[in-house]
Amino acid sequence: MNVRADIIKPPKQDIFKSGKFRSYLVQAIVLILFFGFVIWVIDNASTNMKANGIAHGFDFLWENSMFDIGYLPFIEHTPVHTYFHAFLVGLLNTILVAVIGIFFATILGFLVGIGRLSNNWLVSRFCGFYVELFRNIPLLLQLFFWYHAVLRILPRAKNSLQAGDSFFLNIKGLFLPKPIPEAGFNSVLMIFLLSIIAIIFLWRWAKKRQAKTGEQFPIFYSSLVIIILPIIFVSYLYNFPMYLEQPVLKGFNFKGGIRLIPELVALLLALCIYTGSFIAENVRSGILAINKGQIEAANAVGLKRIQILRLVVIPQAMRVIIPPLTSQYLNLTKNSSLAVAIAYPDLVHVFAGTALMQTGQAVEILAMTMAVYLSLSITISLLMNWYNKAIALQDR
Amino acid sequence: MVQKPPTILTENEPLRKAPIVSIGIIDWLRKNLFSTWYNTIFTILGIYILYLAIPPFFQWAILDAVWSGEDRTVCEWYDENKVKYRAGACWLLIKVYFNFFTYGFYPDELQWRVNLSFIILAVATALMFIPNIKKKHYIGMFLFLIYPFIAFFLLSGNDTLGLDHVSTHKWGGLFLTFLLGSIGIVFALPLGIILALGRRSKLPVVRILSVIFIEFWRGIPLITVLFFAAVMFPLFVPQGVEIDNLLRCIVGLTVFGGAYMAEVVRGGLQALPKGQYESAQAVGLGYWRMMGLVIMPQALRIVIPGIVNTFIGLFKDTTLVFIISLMDLLLTIFTSNTNPDWMGFPFEGYIFAASVYFIICFSLSRYSLRVENKLMVSKQH
Repeated sequence: MNVRADIIKPPKQDIFKSGKFRSYLVQAIVLILFFGFVIWVIDNASTNMKANGIAHGFDFLWENSMFDIGYLPFIEHTPVHTYFHAFLVGLLNTILVAVIGIFFATILGFLVGIGRLSNNWLVSRFCGFYVELFRNIPLLLQLFFWYHAVLRILPRAKNSLQAGDSFFLNIKGLFLPKPIPEAGFNSVLMIFLLSIIAIIFLWRWAKKRQAKTGEQFPIFYSSLVIIILPIIFVSYLYNFPMYLEQPVLKGFNFKGGIRLIPELVALLLALCIYTGSFIAENVRSGILAINKGQIEAANAVGLKRIQILRLVVIPQAMRVIIPPLTSQYLNLTKNSSLAVAIAYPDLVHVFAGTALMQTGQAVEILAMTMAVYLSLSITISLLMNWYNKAIALQDR
Repeated sequence: MVQKPPTILTENEPLRKAPIVSIGIIDWLRKNLFSTWYNTIFTILGIYILYLAIPPFFQWAILDAVWSGEDRTVCEWYDENKVKYRAGACWLLIKVYFNFFTYGFYPDELQWRVNLSFIILAVATALMFIPNIKKKHYIGMFLFLIYPFIAFFLLSGNDTLGLDHVSTHKWGGLFLTFLLGSIGIVFALPLGIILALGRRSKLPVVRILSVIFIEFWRGIPLITVLFFAAVMFPLFVPQGVEIDNLLRCIVGLTVFGGAYMAEVVRGGLQALPKGQYESAQAVGLGYWRMMGLVIMPQALRIVIPGIVNTFIGLFKDTTLVFIISLMDLLLTIFTSNTNPDWMGFPFEGYIFAASVYFIICFSLSRYSLRVENKLMVSKQH
């Protein structure tokens, strides 16, 4: 009996071997190592900066930057503007590239991705060739190719390549007509916004009606009418208050219109073509991911071809396509920092390049630059998580 | 069973037409190129584009091209009236600069050391891929643990071994590109595995630090990472310590690549069924032995395609080292274009570089596709 009782008695707890203690110990060690490292780095940095006479703090942002920025589609930057102003200009230029790039890369990617699934042999081979070629060549190489090779053999302004009287391409860049609003333009804009609000209400009403009665409302055509007719009417009242300023050759260069500098054109070409090839793959795999039975079932319940596409194929494909698509958008935005290689004045070139060279305040400037990209990434991934939750399949 | 009455052709009934040919080249063309009216338009448009693009390119790149000669006058010359004439592609440029494109400024008489280190690498890697060789983990350990030191001594030189020192700023060309690319596997993958384990850890401190580390490096462009490496590293180390430019770049590429690898490996860890963990624990394995013997071998095998794809991305991204003025393949080509003796032939160099990158990346992506398909097949059975 004594022996049995001895066995049943719980073994003495050895505090050093218990799992909880060990986990605390490991975490404490990791924390100490981590903070030790951080403190060591900060200490080194502050001694080094003192020794090299580098200022610290963000006061430099309000000093006059001593440089010009050559290309400014939005606001001017001259040496009397502050470094913070330069930061904003760089940020705007980055956003400009990102927005235009995302727009065209999406169109290109969707066209090619669908084209790759075409039953036309030539078209699908063409798209496949495009995807494989541009996906496997470094973006920077493509950028150099467009900027240093292709755009360099363009003609001078006098012999520009032109499309109609409005679009000119030459070694100084791409020239487009510039829309200039005239008196009354604001009213047209107001009417446009009102039409959009009206359409939103119409959609809601039509959806409710369909849920109640099962009847469908010709939503697409009625929306088209609502958006086009009032605008034409009001524009007519104000005698079409929009004027296109055409670029005109004056001397050695074009005046007027919008000028896209070669750096911007090369950057956009490279980014769109490169990212487009990735988007095409996402689109293709999204469409291929749809179960064949879905389309057969849609056929069986008697949906029309266009309805199958709109109600069955696209919603399901989009669920697969959108997450990788957003990460491609993010990549495009991050890759736009390659602008520094061809001296397009984006955030990295203006701020982490020129401003850093002038002030020497590497820590603050790089921290700000990284913070911009980081906050962008975090925002987008938060939105993505929210979206994924919203569209996830609801299990019964 | 009701028998269908046989159709009887009467004399007034017109004979049916013979069916359209459904075999051979005609049918293939009809089905694949001219099936509908818009497909016909696409086909004609496509043929027209090919007609516009292929013959002139062929003419330029092959027929009119210059393959040998002494200097640029064979590619571009002036007649007595100072009118410029130009042959097709000047591949002579590649020939002249071939050594530079391959080795950068590495001294000519020492280039055997570069070659030797790559031959060792190639042989060891090839042995890994031959199916019938046993004890592959020894080769793997050699590649990951011993080879980097051999390569380092061979490339940079060592006095006790009697090898002359070659400073890293002379390293360049394709050789440097390969070197930087292999960093992606040799250093970034182990770092990625550690980070992925950290992210899946039950210890909150370890997990949070790993998440912050991974998301930080994934959130910023590689260019800012390299900027960071170039201007901040010297500030972060004690005074008097000089960090080699190449080393800074390697550290930057490693943390950047490691963060991406970590996400790939995490995918593999998540894909493993829970039973694997539980049964490993049930037979009494501790954390490290469970991970090393049961979980990691399976998880890594699942994500081989992902690892290869990340590696391709890193390999392409090594071109960005221009930002800290390392002479990789792309920058040697850029340099050759700025040389006044050979200015004006940008296409040749870039096409050459593009073909090199394309061949490497394309074959790697095909490899990863094959592994993926193989894995899918084995999953189905």
